[in-house]
Amino acid sequence: MKAFIAAALAGSALALASVPALAQEPAKAEVMHWWTSGGEAAAIKVFADAYAKAGGVWIDNATALGENARAAAINRMVGGNPPTAAQFNTGKQFDDLVAQKLVRPIDELAEEEGWKDVMSPFLVEAASRDGQLYALPINVHGQNWLFYSKPVFEAAGLTEPPTSWAEFIPALQKIKEAGYIPLSLGGQPWQERVLFNVILLADGGKDLYLKVYQDRDLDAIQSDEFRAIVETYGKLRGLVDPGSPGRNWNDATNLVLTGKAGAQVMGDWAKGEFINAGQKPDTDYGCVIGLDDETLMVGGDVFVFPAVTDEAQLAAQDLLARTMLAPETQVAFNLAKGSMPVRTDVDTSAFDACAQKGIALLKDPESQVPVFDILLSAGLVGSLDDVITQFWNNPAATPDQFVEGFVSAFEQDS
Amino acid sequence: MTTPRSRPNMATLVLVPVWGVVLAAYVGTMLWTAQISFTASRLLPVNEYVGFDQYERLFASARWLVSIQNIAIFGFLFIVGCLVIGFVLAVALDQKIRFENTLRTIFLYPYAMSFIVTGLIWQWLMNPGLGIQKAVRDWGFESFRFDWAVDREMALYAVVLAGLWQASGLVMALMLAGLRGIDQELWKATRIDGIPAWRVYLSIVVPILRPIIITAVVLLAISVVKSYDLVVALTNGGPGIATEVPAKFIMDHLFTRQNIGLATAAATVMMITVAAVLAPWLYMEYFRRQRAGGAA
Repeated sequence: MKAFIAAALAGSALALASVPALAQEPAKAEVMHWWTSGGEAAAIKVFADAYAKAGGVWIDNATALGENARAAAINRMVGGNPPTAAQFNTGKQFDDLVAQKLVRPIDELAEEEGWKDVMSPFLVEAASRDGQLYALPINVHGQNWLFYSKPVFEAAGLTEPPTSWAEFIPALQKIKEAGYIPLSLGGQPWQERVLFNVILLADGGKDLYLKVYQDRDLDAIQSDEFRAIVETYGKLRGLVDPGSPGRNWNDATNLVLTGKAGAQVMGDWAKGEFINAGQKPDTDYGCVIGLDDETLMVGGDVFVFPAVTDEAQLAAQDLLARTMLAPETQVAFNLAKGSMPVRTDVDTSAFDACAQKGIALLKDPESQVPVFDILLSAGLVGSLDDVITQFWNNPAATPDQFVEGFVSAFEQDS
Repeated sequence: MTTPRSRPNMATLVLVPVWGVVLAAYVGTMLWTAQISFTASRLLPVNEYVGFDQYERLFASARWLVSIQNIAIFGFLFIVGCLVIGFVLAVALDQKIRFENTLRTIFLYPYAMSFIVTGLIWQWLMNPGLGIQKAVRDWGFESFRFDWAVDREMALYAVVLAGLWQASGLVMALMLAGLRGIDQELWKATRIDGIPAWRVYLSIVVPILRPIIITAVVLLAISVVKSYDLVVALTNGGPGIATEVPAKFIMDHLFTRQNIGLATAAATVMMITVAAVLAPWLYMEYFRRQRAGGAA
């Protein structure tokens, strides 16, 4: 026992003695993230390899599930032992951290590298607080995709989905009559919300979408236009299969790619499942953005850099940010992740036909809207989810109740 | 060395650290939770006091009200169901039957599983696409329905069913131990008097088993209050908000919805409710009887 204690003491003394030597050693970066699935792990490895190539040492700290990883990162930042960088989603998740001055602004770095000129303005805005850049966007996900099975559409006598949801419903009816599941939906609140927002954006247009979620215009929510969208949404209840409640998004995707269901509304991460199954866009499955290919609903992932004073850590953060946004790293990373690069000046010829559609829309700021969790706090997103899921799961619920619920959720969110 | 007088002091001294831990770790955190519930905290605790605002928002939330209603229905059915099923199983096993050990193991086995596993198994069983319903329909009974997990009206009872399956065995084991402790002379005496067996069970055995029933109720009540994993694995609160429970409300608001203020308000309400229900009952069960000199 005594020997053990002595050894432990000697070990810690050694560790203490070697601290000053660290300054000359390569930059060490501990990165906290939640990319644990197959494709995600391949993507984060692109970053790790690029960082090693740039002369740094990558310490990987992966935690399964976003909320767990964020909670762990927040705890360490509050506790004064922050990692070098931590993953968040674009949006309001790190607002409080910025307010408590726990996050380092990276404006100077962005200025030096000219990032703001090559990034879509909405991304810069989503990562900024009070005009300062506090987070580094690293990828863009489109959330309003419709993926459909070509064989099922053929069997139902359809070629392509119509360009509005009101016209799409009769088409879905045809698929039902042909004996397939028309719409493959995972009945979890966030997926029901994605479906609703996609209809809101497609049928209500960019104006109504932004009036509701950005301007919080209660008159717009009480308008007939909004009510009509809620009605359309309600009609879809009869077009999903009874096994939908509680289903995971990838199981829903699986129904489409095995030819059991006609279509699924999902973010472009669903494409990874089609790629894994060896299917090709435009031959095995089709993809459209919000039915009319006009407006892309964009979100994505960011890394925040906790406020530190240690020179070595600051240098490690700088090197990390530069590596992640280097054009070739961006392309390799996003190909693996199934997302789109944040830089508009990189060579995108390697991306598939679906991603090309998204990348084209990404070039024009007019044809983008932010996903609604960029605009609203996590608490309000949750309250709206409650309203949407209650309406969806109760066939007796009326559009009026939906509108009322939306209005009171917005009113309660001070 | 040790005089009888100094002994109590010594004991008190030894217990000081324990009291310190109890006060800091249990009472302290409870008070801290209650304190946060009066602030406007969101992602991080802040010291901006807002009075009873969080409680007003809490009771204006449809989801919280549904949660409370659900936990009341679930708690009642779960506790009563487990007691009845456990008692019947124990009585059946007590009839000197064959394979008793095997059966006992089978009935107790579900309790060895975590609620997460139980929830997942029942989710599969009650899913119309892959569970019992599909199996029976594939055998040719086309109109058969067993889709509780995805049916808004029945989902809560699906949770109750899975809970009963899980915990009835525990009650059975406790009751069986109690039944085995009953003097065989008592049975002989009732047989001589010609009293029917069901009457003996109801009027004599159940009162003898009273302490065991209380133990079972306490254990079951604890799993009701903290019911979270079963619901998450089985229905995740859905369809819609049909199977939400208070513990899930609190977890969601603490972690995903970044609203510590509202979550701690809910936690405080739960704590007060549990204390309000338990305190008079514990007092009746233990303290009153002790004073009457009839302690078991």
